[in-house]
Amino acid sequence: MNKQYETVIGLEVHVELATKTKIFCGCSTAFGAQPNTQTCPVCTGMPGSLPVLNKQVLEYAIAVGLATNCNITRYAKFDRKNYFYPDNPQNYQISQLYLPICRNGGVEIETAEGGVKTVGIHEIHMEEDAGKLIHDEWEDCSLVDYNRSGVPLIEIVSEPDMRSAEEVIAYLEKLRLVIQYLGASDCKLQEGSMRADVNLSVREAGAKEFGTRTEMKNLNSFKAITRAIEGERDRQIDLIESGESVVQETRRWDDTKGESYAMRSKEDAQDYRYFPDPDLTPISVSEEMLAEIRAKQPEFRTEKMKRYKAEFDIPDYDIEIITGEKPLADLFEATVALGGQPKKVSNWLMGETLRLMKERETDASDLCFSPEHLAKLIGLTERKEINSSVAKEVFEVMFEKDIDPEIYVEEKGLKTVTDEGALKKTVEEVIAANPQSVEDYRNGKEKAIGFLVGQTMKAMKGKADPGAVNQMLKELL
Amino acid sequence: MAITDMTAVQLAAAIKAGETTAVEAAEAVLAQIEKEDKKYNCYVTVDREGALAQAKSVQEQIETGTLTGPLAGVPVAVKDNLCTEGLLTTCSSKILYNFVPTYTAEAVKNLKQAGAVILGKTNMDEFAMGSTTETSAYGPTKNPRNPEYVPGGSSGGSAAAVAANECTYAIGSDTGGSIRQPASYCGVVGMKPTYGTVSRYGLIAYGSSLDQIGPLTKDVTDCATVLEALASHDEKDSTSIARDDTDFTSALTEDVAGLRIGIPNDYLGEGLDDEVKTAVLQAAGALEKKGAVVERFDLSLVDYAIPAYYTIAAAEASSNLERFDGIKYGYRAEEYAGLHNMYKKSRSEGFGEEVKRRIMLGSFVLSSGYYDAYYLKALKVKALIKKAFDEAFAKYDIILGPVAPTTAPKLGESLTDPIQMYLGDIYTIAVNLAGLPGISVPCGQDGKGLPIGLQMIGDCFQEKKLIRAAYTYEQEVGRHE
Repeated sequence: MNKQYETVIGLEVHVELATKTKIFCGCSTAFGAQPNTQTCPVCTGMPGSLPVLNKQVLEYAIAVGLATNCNITRYAKFDRKNYFYPDNPQNYQISQLYLPICRNGGVEIETAEGGVKTVGIHEIHMEEDAGKLIHDEWEDCSLVDYNRSGVPLIEIVSEPDMRSAEEVIAYLEKLRLVIQYLGASDCKLQEGSMRADVNLSVREAGAKEFGTRTEMKNLNSFKAITRAIEGERDRQIDLIESGESVVQETRRWDDTKGESYAMRSKEDAQDYRYFPDPDLTPISVSEEMLAEIRAKQPEFRTEKMKRYKAEFDIPDYDIEIITGEKPLADLFEATVALGGQPKKVSNWLMGETLRLMKERETDASDLCFSPEHLAKLIGLTERKEINSSVAKEVFEVMFEKDIDPEIYVEEKGLKTVTDEGALKKTVEEVIAANPQSVEDYRNGKEKAIGFLVGQTMKAMKGKADPGAVNQMLKELL
Repeated sequence: MAITDMTAVQLAAAIKAGETTAVEAAEAVLAQIEKEDKKYNCYVTVDREGALAQAKSVQEQIETGTLTGPLAGVPVAVKDNLCTEGLLTTCSSKILYNFVPTYTAEAVKNLKQAGAVILGKTNMDEFAMGSTTETSAYGPTKNPRNPEYVPGGSSGGSAAAVAANECTYAIGSDTGGSIRQPASYCGVVGMKPTYGTVSRYGLIAYGSSLDQIGPLTKDVTDCATVLEALASHDEKDSTSIARDDTDFTSALTEDVAGLRIGIPNDYLGEGLDDEVKTAVLQAAGALEKKGAVVERFDLSLVDYAIPAYYTIAAAEASSNLERFDGIKYGYRAEEYAGLHNMYKKSRSEGFGEEVKRRIMLGSFVLSSGYYDAYYLKALKVKALIKKAFDEAFAKYDIILGPVAPTTAPKLGESLTDPIQMYLGDIYTIAVNLAGLPGISVPCGQDGKGLPIGLQMIGDCFQEKKLIRAAYTYEQEVGRHE
């Protein structure tokens, strides 16, 4: 390969909005219910049923648009996208084509070279999700679950402004954070609440025209996206180098095989016969509504990082990690507000919390313990009512079940023994039982005292303050 | 007077006065159906047991005083495109031959709340597409005034049931004249209210932006009374309008003094039957005599209404009818090879010719490359027609004309030439395109003894003017049949 190629990437990102009810009916959006239990005539496309827009969907879409510097369309409409498929109960999807709610925005990302570039957002539109088909190989039939049918989505369509997998990840991270901070979605790629389709083409470096692009689907993690981008880039370059041409088509990424295959070409592309949905009245976004949504916009990450730096004496690295996940930042702030010392709170989040999250493979949004309980735990250690190893033990239970640490410590009898007499008695016993170590210590082996502290802690089932034990040993020896 | 001859308001009053009961009323009308419906085929489904059970419960509520309205205990026929929980709803199509809805349309709920007893579901043109009720998969309905003629359509079963006393009143839907034209052909009163007045929730859509539900009744008093019960603001229908002027019965007064009535020259031109023209102008004369000011004027754009209507209605229908795919309910082809073949065969076998014609027409005008030339252009024509009406209503309170160019055609004459059939809608469809209210009132007969209908059109939300004029006319000349 002698020529230099440039990769050109644009993304279509679907985000499932965190509304309690569906976009056009009152059914619950809760995940994991028995099939077809969260349905009604509207979201199963029964004859005669009519859609009514959930206002929260519109507010979230506008909030995301404002946060990504889009123009908000003041007179927007819903259109029907017509296609036949069993997961689509009406055989048309209510979406937006002609007048989407947001247009012409963009977000800034950091480039690998340390600079900043803007990735343009072509549009953001609202639409409904489809149901879920389940193929029963055993019975040789397909079943459909309409619980997901009508779950609200926004689709964020970028301009073809990205040039590498790193930029794509940076852009997605940026979107994820903005949307998480808005509370509009938890944006989990693995669970499908955020889905990215990658449009990619290559061209010779310096060329003005774009090459023929392909669209890659089924990308369920950042790693899969990175691999798919690299794989598709190489595939297209190989085609060009060998004198063939890239076919405009939709491809499906198989992450286990590390390769993609063609799903449908442009020639097979359906005519969706879009037209304005006559069942929904046009949306007019008033000045008041915009002002209200603007006023409710939260503090986003950049501002938050600045404020943390000014307000809290914690390392930049901690700030970076904590603000990188909205639930962590929320926990941090709430715990500090309850009196937790910022550095201590940060230590719990950066240390045990992240360790357990990694170990259990859970997300920050799955964290269940309350700031009240974390503050209590910190209080217990500060007042030396429990020692640090007991605290870690208690935290682990809290991490799983959000128990009240004060009650738990009380019930399990984990409080540090502060009774001097009891401590003295145990230390005396340990000294008597370990003559060798005692002698070593007296002969100047400072380390030997560590062993004796350990033995005392063990004898007291961990419920002593190691500092106090150390003190007592030194006195008695 | 026999129960079956009574109007709804008369019957409700008789029940209230204890002269008869809701159960007796239901029995009398069911007996009339039993006797007559083999001849006319007004009904797709008669719910004898359900009706009697409802009548019993309604009678109890009337006796305990919980139901006091002017329609309490009166039996009604419902067009078969309105969903009724637990009761077969076919749209007169094979594709819904077994469809039993899980919920009841809002309009029907409103009637039930008013104490209506649902007799069953009336025949119609398949999915409301047609002007004769001959496109029904369950056989044509015949005109009770003369069974060799069609009752009109698409609400032909509802109009014929009222004319044949097989119900005391009926409800239908009107997308391009589907209430007013069969009312005219059968010699009953029919009204399409302003778009958004009656909830469409539970009405199986044909052309969503044009469809409205309305009454078919024996006289104008019933028409106003039923419309008052039907109208409501429904949050389940985004196009439903909150109105505080739906006390339509308050307009049942004999007073047209100073009412400005315009007759469009366009509505009296080529193609209009002379007998129809004479009857309509006579009716205008009767109103003039009562103090209305009648003038001729040029409405313009009338010729463009038909192509615009058939473009928009077919476009919406092509999408609205996509859900009938053989997957979730309704007809599924017995043999098929794979998903797409199943769709194709189920829909090819399940839909009738006229429905398929309009689905193809609608799909074509929405397809890429044609959307601007047909669909968008039709929307522009629609806007211009609305503007023409706005200008007319600046000068007139009511626009008056015929409902249809002729009286009812003979059975079997219309379907061979669909274009000719479409042209028969010329006086009614502009009203739907502009979202206006329109009423059809009997105004005489032609030489064959077939009823002629007078149409009056009002500006948006001006139903009361129409009711006032129609009531005055009816009082002046007596009820035509």
